Amino acid sequence: MGEKVQRREDPRLLTGNGRYLDDLGRGALQAAFVRSPHAHARIVDIDIADAWELDGVEAIYTWEDLPGRVAEPLPVLIPHPAMTHARTGYCLARDEVNHVGEAVVMVVARDRYVAEDACARITVQYDTLPAVVGVARARDGDRLVHDDVPGNVAANLRQEVGDVDTAMAAAPHTLTLELAIERSACMPMEGKGVFARWDADDGSLRLYSSTQTSTGVRAAVAAKLELPLAKVEVVTPDVGGGFGVKIVHPWPEEVLVPWAARNLGRDVKWTEDRREHFVSSAHERGQLQEVTVGFDDDGRLLALDVHFWHDNGAYTPYGIIVPIITATQLLGPYKPGAYRVEFWSLYTNTVLVTPYRGAGRPQGCYAMERTMDAIAEHRGLDRAEVRSRNFIQPDEMPWDHGLMFQDGRPLKYDSGDFPASLAKLKALVGWDDFAAYREQAAREGRRVGLGIGCYVEGTGVGPYEGGHVQVETSGRVNVATGLTTQGQGHQTILAQIVADELGVPFDDVHVTTGDTRRMAYAVGTFASRGAVMSGNAVALAARVVRAKALRIAAEALEVSPDDLDIADGVVSVKGAPGTSIALKTVAVMSNPLRYAFDASAAAATQFAGTFDPDTPPVGDDDEPGLEGQDFYSPTQATFANGMHAAVVETDPVTAEIRILRYCVVHDCGVMVNPMIVEGQVHGGVAQGVGGALYERMVYDEGGQLLNASFMDFLMPYASEVPHIETDHLETPSPLNPLGIKGAGEAGTIPVSAVIASAIEDAEGFPIRSMPISPAELWELRRRHAASDPHPVPVQEDPR
Amino acid sequence: MTRITVSVDGVSCTDEVEPRMLLVHYLRETVGKVGTVIGCDTSNCGACTVHLDGRSVKSCNMLAVQADGHEVTTIEGLAKDGRLHPMQVAFHENHALQCGYCTPGMIMQAIDLVGQNPSPTEDEIRHGMEGNLCRCTGYHNIVKAVAAAAGAMSSERSDS
Repeated sequence: MGEKVQRREDPRLLTGNGRYLDDLGRGALQAAFVRSPHAHARIVDIDIADAWELDGVEAIYTWEDLPGRVAEPLPVLIPHPAMTHARTGYCLARDEVNHVGEAVVMVVARDRYVAEDACARITVQYDTLPAVVGVARARDGDRLVHDDVPGNVAANLRQEVGDVDTAMAAAPHTLTLELAIERSACMPMEGKGVFARWDADDGSLRLYSSTQTSTGVRAAVAAKLELPLAKVEVVTPDVGGGFGVKIVHPWPEEVLVPWAARNLGRDVKWTEDRREHFVSSAHERGQLQEVTVGFDDDGRLLALDVHFWHDNGAYTPYGIIVPIITATQLLGPYKPGAYRVEFWSLYTNTVLVTPYRGAGRPQGCYAMERTMDAIAEHRGLDRAEVRSRNFIQPDEMPWDHGLMFQDGRPLKYDSGDFPASLAKLKALVGWDDFAAYREQAAREGRRVGLGIGCYVEGTGVGPYEGGHVQVETSGRVNVATGLTTQGQGHQTILAQIVADELGVPFDDVHVTTGDTRRMAYAVGTFASRGAVMSGNAVALAARVVRAKALRIAAEALEVSPDDLDIADGVVSVKGAPGTSIALKTVAVMSNPLRYAFDASAAAATQFAGTFDPDTPPVGDDDEPGLEGQDFYSPTQATFANGMHAAVVETDPVTAEIRILRYCVVHDCGVMVNPMIVEGQVHGGVAQGVGGALYERMVYDEGGQLLNASFMDFLMPYASEVPHIETDHLETPSPLNPLGIKGAGEAGTIPVSAVIASAIEDAEGFPIRSMPISPAELWELRRRHAASDPHPVPVQEDPR
Repeated sequence: MTRITVSVDGVSCTDEVEPRMLLVHYLRETVGKVGTVIGCDTSNCGACTVHLDGRSVKSCNMLAVQADGHEVTTIEGLAKDGRLHPMQVAFHENHALQCGYCTPGMIMQAIDLVGQNPSPTEDEIRHGMEGNLCRCTGYHNIVKAVAAAAGAMSSERSDS
């Protein structure tokens, strides 16, 4: 624990020996889909006759062909009382399509080339309907996505703590900000994919999916295909990134591919291509926000009143997790005074919206941090100072905001030292010296700005994860946890934890993730919960194994277990290292069935020692084998936090925006492997930079996604991402045995807020819409120059 | 169908292929070299980068028939006698990979970059890797790894 251990995963991945979904099932039949070219339309007719003419076509399915529960709408995974109008699609569209990319026909063929050829020969006739695109259009409510959902409102939720109206009326100063933030998407380098193998003799299904939850997929597919859970196993191979999109389940293809495999009695595979990923998986972020804030002369918050309108796309299979997180995590490290937040989650005829790294927090952080900068501008105060004055203090932890968080439990911060984090950040970026740097730059004709953003992130939400630890008679330690891995290095950090807890060499520990054959109970990888949940679960399981090993060894060595210790795979008497027994021998002794397959088993045969003939070989409270299982289930999330600062330069002529420096201070409690934590932060920042400056989903009025490829969707290359400077604070979480807080999403959360803050600082006028391109900045300059030669002040509420 | 003969990682392969078959599909589906992966279909992401006669190419951007008579090296052919290439070592030591999906293409491109420019600056590395997308690492450690490998490769050359 705490060491920069090199990753266990790397040797395979570095040599081309990773096994991603599409690397499996060579020779399997391949599926392709006819997808809707319209954002909103009724299906009139589907003609598949021509496609059947092609050699190699094995099956063509429309909704009409689907049986039983496969034909029913997909499930709403996370219902919520406020979600009065949940709607989900079908595996294949029935009568109506609600976004470009919705699957209409499935073709299964000898290979993907033939399957695509067949798709091209299928004719679908549509009656098009008016499309609802963009939050503003959805909010107008004059066009409807779903006829039976008035105003396009899937959900409306309001939470209030304190009396906002009274506190606002009494506040010496108030401001109102109207803010916008656009869509982006996870865009893992590997898209989704499913490979199904039906065993007709056994009546069982093995499904491989590039998913963030193998247990979830298993339960969903078993239910849809009406199979006993015991006859379905789901294995997650290497996964080429997830970032949220692969937690949704079941995706239509996860139901259709195994169903087709069972139907055809053949292996079937589907690998999502990049365009499919753009138009038929999921996006996130799009919101319009209105923030009204009341504050005193010193910039202290007295009342905060937030309304926002969230674009949830065409369907709501993942519920309203994203806007709930925006509504609650918006508060960041601050005490808001009285707080009221109300959101409307709205349908549009676009790809559905589900969590993307940060999951609603980037939008919330953006709203709060824009507000902090506006207060500082209004009062003529230093921006860091205004933030500092509103911080929850370390001695005020745990801090209960009085709100309900995404998991239905109280939003209660467990730990954090925000003043210390800010002090580190100011030192790292050179906050107090920036004025001099700005003057120097100005003398050189350069325009620079400094931005800041702070966030708190609820991580490690429940309900649970499990760990199973088993010591083989060879000394090999097998660890299983049910959540899946997409590059976070779980196989390394979980091995570090077990090696420490059990007292065995790191190299002896082997970790399996996301395989329902090894761990049937699990939740999944999301909400920065991998290290917190499975880390603690495998630690608890290792403690069970350790206790059992000590008990068995104590009997053999005729000492008390308290006198024993385990180090380097050997159990020895404390202070007498000569009196010892290898853990692998303890493993042999733990199982009365001692066929002598190896030397250590031969040495421990049942004829070697004495035993009591009146006791059974396995005691009443005992089990054979040196193994143990335990589950970690917390009462609430643990709250990580961080603060970022950036220095940007804007070109005075072209308005090109360049990030000169990017600094991160991050507190995720105890770090299992600082190298991996930093890697998570780097990757998160890069996605944040993409979202702040380059990435957006360009829909036209008709609902066509105009930039559905890497040619047109500007994901940053190495040339766009700045060098990232990091520093860490470790305030352990008091909530879990290891003191861990999550780290996965941290890097992404404040980036749009920070870059907006820095550009605003460079330009002297407010930035209220993100992402921002050079063309948009240039246009803002032109408008501000036309209306006022001086920097435009923030508009004070005229009351 | 067209008959082609391609040397893949030092092994000569002769196969009948459809003229429309992409080189990357030939490598993955016909030869079975699934270490080279596909990320985008529009030649922007570089995940499928291999070497053709020693220079990097995006194998989704070439037809298999165009490789007829040429030598292809994939990520699977880099390690020699069980010894990793210095670029593979540097990626490991600098934590330059997370999910690993872009890694084969990154490494193949990085080797070509250092082949052309034995001691690149940070800026030259960032621009030299501009055809390869990574969604996990933020490129930070990839840039470090390429610089470290460039150093190792140049000292290897001066040693020999």
